[in-house]
Amino acid sequence: MTEATDLDVREGVDRETVETVRNMGSYKYGWDTEIEMDYAPKGVNEDIVRLISEKNNEPEWMTEWRLEAFRRWQTMTEPKWAMLNYPEIDFQDQYYYARPKSMEEKPKSLDEVDPKLLATYEKLGIPLKEQMILAGVEGADEAPAEGRKVAVDAVFDSVSVGTTFKDELAKAGVIFCSISEAIREHPELVKKYLGSVVPQSDNYFATLNSAVFSDGSFVYVPPGVRCPMELSTYFRINAENTGQFERTLIIADKGSYVSYLEGCTAPQRDTNQLHAAVVELVILEDAEVKYSTVQNWFPGDEEGKGGIYNFVTKRADCREARAKVMWTQVETGSAITWKYPSCILRGDESQGEFYSIAIANNFQQADTGTKMIHLGKNTRSRIVSKGISAGKAQNTYRGLVTMHPKATNSRNYTQCDSLLIGDQCGAHTVPYIEVKNTSSRVEHEATTSKVDDDQLFYCRSRGMDEEEAVALVVNGFCREVLQALPMEFAMEAQSLVAISLEGSVG
Amino acid sequence: MLKIDNLHVKLEEEDKQILKGLSLEVPAGQVHAIMGPNGSGKSTLSYVLSGRDGYEVTEGDASLDGESLLEMEPEERAAAGLFLAFQYPVEIPGVGNMTFLRTAVNAQRKARGEEELSSAEFLKIVREKAKELQISPEMLKRPVNMGFSGGEKKRNEILQMAMLEPRMCIMDETDSGLDVDAMRLVSEGVNALRSPDRSFLVITHYQRLLNHIQPDVVHIMSNGRIIKSGGPELALEVEENGYGDLLAEAD
Ligand SMILES: Nc1ncnc2c1ncn2[C@@H]1O[C@H](COP(=O)(O)OP(=O)(O)OP(=O)(O)O)[C@@H](O)[C@H]1O
Ligand SMILES: [Mg+2]
Repeated sequence: MTEATDLDVREGVDRETVETVRNMGSYKYGWDTEIEMDYAPKGVNEDIVRLISEKNNEPEWMTEWRLEAFRRWQTMTEPKWAMLNYPEIDFQDQYYYARPKSMEEKPKSLDEVDPKLLATYEKLGIPLKEQMILAGVEGADEAPAEGRKVAVDAVFDSVSVGTTFKDELAKAGVIFCSISEAIREHPELVKKYLGSVVPQSDNYFATLNSAVFSDGSFVYVPPGVRCPMELSTYFRINAENTGQFERTLIIADKGSYVSYLEGCTAPQRDTNQLHAAVVELVILEDAEVKYSTVQNWFPGDEEGKGGIYNFVTKRADCREARAKVMWTQVETGSAITWKYPSCILRGDESQGEFYSIAIANNFQQADTGTKMIHLGKNTRSRIVSKGISAGKAQNTYRGLVTMHPKATNSRNYTQCDSLLIGDQCGAHTVPYIEVKNTSSRVEHEATTSKVDDDQLFYCRSRGMDEEEAVALVVNGFCREVLQALPMEFAMEAQSLVAISLEGSVG
Repeated sequence: MLKIDNLHVKLEEEDKQILKGLSLEVPAGQVHAIMGPNGSGKSTLSYVLSGRDGYEVTEGDASLDGESLLEMEPEERAAAGLFLAFQYPVEIPGVGNMTFLRTAVNAQRKARGEEELSSAEFLKIVREKAKELQISPEMLKRPVNMGFSGGEKKRNEILQMAMLEPRMCIMDETDSGLDVDAMRLVSEGVNALRSPDRSFLVITHYQRLLNHIQPDVVHIMSNGRIIKSGGPELALEVEENGYGDLLAEAD
C-alpha cells in the first residue's frame, strides 16, 4: 500500500463508521411504532425462561433446551479464579427480558440527553443527526442507508431490531438473521450447531446464557461462498438493571469465508449491568472466519461507579482440516471484563490467531486472554496481546496454550506486551502452557513498560497536547493489533483508544 | 524574537546548576550560532526553552515576542512558533512518520484556530518537502525514527521543521552525523526557510555548517553562560585555535 491510500483509507473509514450508525438509525424507527415497553418481572426461574422462549415464538425443543440449561445452572457456582474484584451479583435482582423503551421515555431533544454520552459520539466523529438517532431522540431523522456494504444486525437491549442487506446476502446463499428468526426458520442448522462449540454445561455464565438468551445473530455461509460483504452486529444495552444475554452462532461451511464485526455501546448508568454473551463459531474444512470486536460498554465513572460487567464466552471450533479463525478484539469498556475468545484447533493444519487490545482506565478491571487448544496435527496459533493500564485499573492477560499428544508438529507463538500509564495501575501476565508431545513448540514473549516521557515530550514539542501524545504513543504500541482489524473498525478503534485514556495523564 | 535574560537553571532532581546566568537575544530574521565545549549546557538550554520536564528555572526569563515561555506547556510553545530539532531524535514504535507529522501539523493549526489540512493537501506538501530533503516515501511510512540512520534522523527533524513552519527554529547539532551531501541538503532546507520574520538558533561544533548557513552572530558558551559573542569570524577562530584562549580570556 502506498502512503497515499494509507491516509485516504483512514478518511474513508471515518465515513463508514458514520454510515454504520446511520444504518442503525433507520431500524429504530420501525421499532418505535411497533413495540411498546415490555419488561419481564425481575429475577430468573423456569417461568421466566418459558416466557422468554414464548416471546420469541420458539418451538418446543428450544424451550426444553433452555430449561435443561437452567436446571443445570441452578446446580453451578460462580467462578472466582479470575483476577477480578467485584461485589456479589444478585442474579435475582436483574431483569432478564426487556424490550426497548416506549415513546414517552424517549428524550424529546438533545438537551435531555446525557452530555457525556453526546461528547463521546462527537469524539467518534458522528454527526449531530446520527448522535440524535443513537441517543434515541424522538423524531430524529432516519436517513436511508447509502449503499454501504456492511450488513448490520442491531440488538438493542434484548431484541434484534433489524438486519440489512438480507436479500443481497440471500442471493449468495448466506443466511444472516437474528438467532430467534433462525430458530424458527432454520431449525435444522440451529439444532445441529447450537451448543456444539460452547456446550450448555460449559461454565456458569454460558449456562445462564443458554437458559435466558434473548436474541443475537445467526450466520450461515454455504460451501465455497465468500461472503460478499462484511457482516456486523451492533449491541447496545439501553434499559436499566437489565442483563443482556445475546447468543451468536456463525457457521462457515467448507471452503467459505466471512468477516464479522461486533460493536457494543451502552449508556452511562450508575448501577452495574450484567452482560453475559455466548459466541460460537463453527468452521469447516478450508473455511475461514474473521471475528472482530470493538467493545465500548460503559466502563463506570471516574470514581468506579456503574459500568457493565462483561462475562463473555467466545469460542471457535476449527472442526476440520485447514480451517482458520482470527479473533481481533479491542476492549476499552466495561467495569469488569471476563473474556477469553478461544480456538479449538481440531482439524489438521488448522490455524488460530488472536489479536487483542485491552485498555483499563480509572477503576476498570480486565481479565482477558485466549485459549489455543491444539488437537490436530500441524496446527498453528499466534497470540498478540497488548494490555494498557491507566489510573487505578488492573489488567490481566490470561492465556492457555495446550498441545495435545496427537497435535504433532504444531506451533504457537505468543507475544504479550503491557504498557503502564502512571504508577497506581497494574498489569499481570498469567500464561498456562501444556505441551504433551515432543514435536511441537511454544514460544512466549512478554514485556512490561511505562509510557516513555521522552516520547511524550517529543510529541508535545511538535504541538500535540498531552492526551493526544499519549493516544498517539499508545496507538503505536497497539499497531499490530489495529492493523489486524477490518478497515471499518480501525478508525473507530483508534478514536476509542484516545477516548478511553482521557484523564489518564497529568 | 527570542530573548533570554540572565537564565539560571538547575536540575529538578539534583542540586546541580547547569545554566548560570545566560543572556542572549535573537532578533527577527537573524541566524545565531552557539558553539561551546561538550557539557557546557547547550542542549539543556534548548530543552528548557522548549519546555522539557526535569529542570527548574531559579532565576531569569526567556521570552518569545515578549511573551514569557517559561509558564507555557511544550505544545503551547510549539503553537507559538518555537521548534527544536533534537540532538537525539526520539524513536516512537508503531507510529507512522506520516501520521506523526500530520497529527503535529493539525494540532498546531487547531491551536491557532486554523482549519485542519485535508489528507490530499497534506500529502501534496509533505511529498514535496520530503523530496527536497531526499527522504524516500518508504521512510515516510516507517515508524518515527525507528531504524533511521543518524543522518536520516537529522533530515527527518528538518522535514518536521519545514512542515511546521515555526518562527523560531532551534537546531541542536543537526549537522553532527551528516555526510557532505546531507549537510548541503539540510543547509538548503534551512536557507529556503530563512525569512525576515523567522529566526534560527543553531547549535554546532563545526564551522563547516556555518559556511552553508551564514550566521549573523556567533556566541561562545561555556559552563552555563555566553562568554563571547561576535561575527562569523569567531567560528573560524574556534575552528583554528579551539576554546583554550577564549576560556582563559573569560576567566
Ligand atoms: N538529567 C541530567 N542529569 C545529570 N546531569 C545532567 C542532566 N542533564 C544535563 N546534565 C549535565 O549538564 C551538563 C550540560 O549538558 P548538556 O547536554 O546541556 O551539554 P551540551 O552543551 O549540549 O554538550 P554536548 O556538546 O556534548 O552536546 C553536562 O555536564 C551534563 O552531564
Ligand atoms: Mg548537546
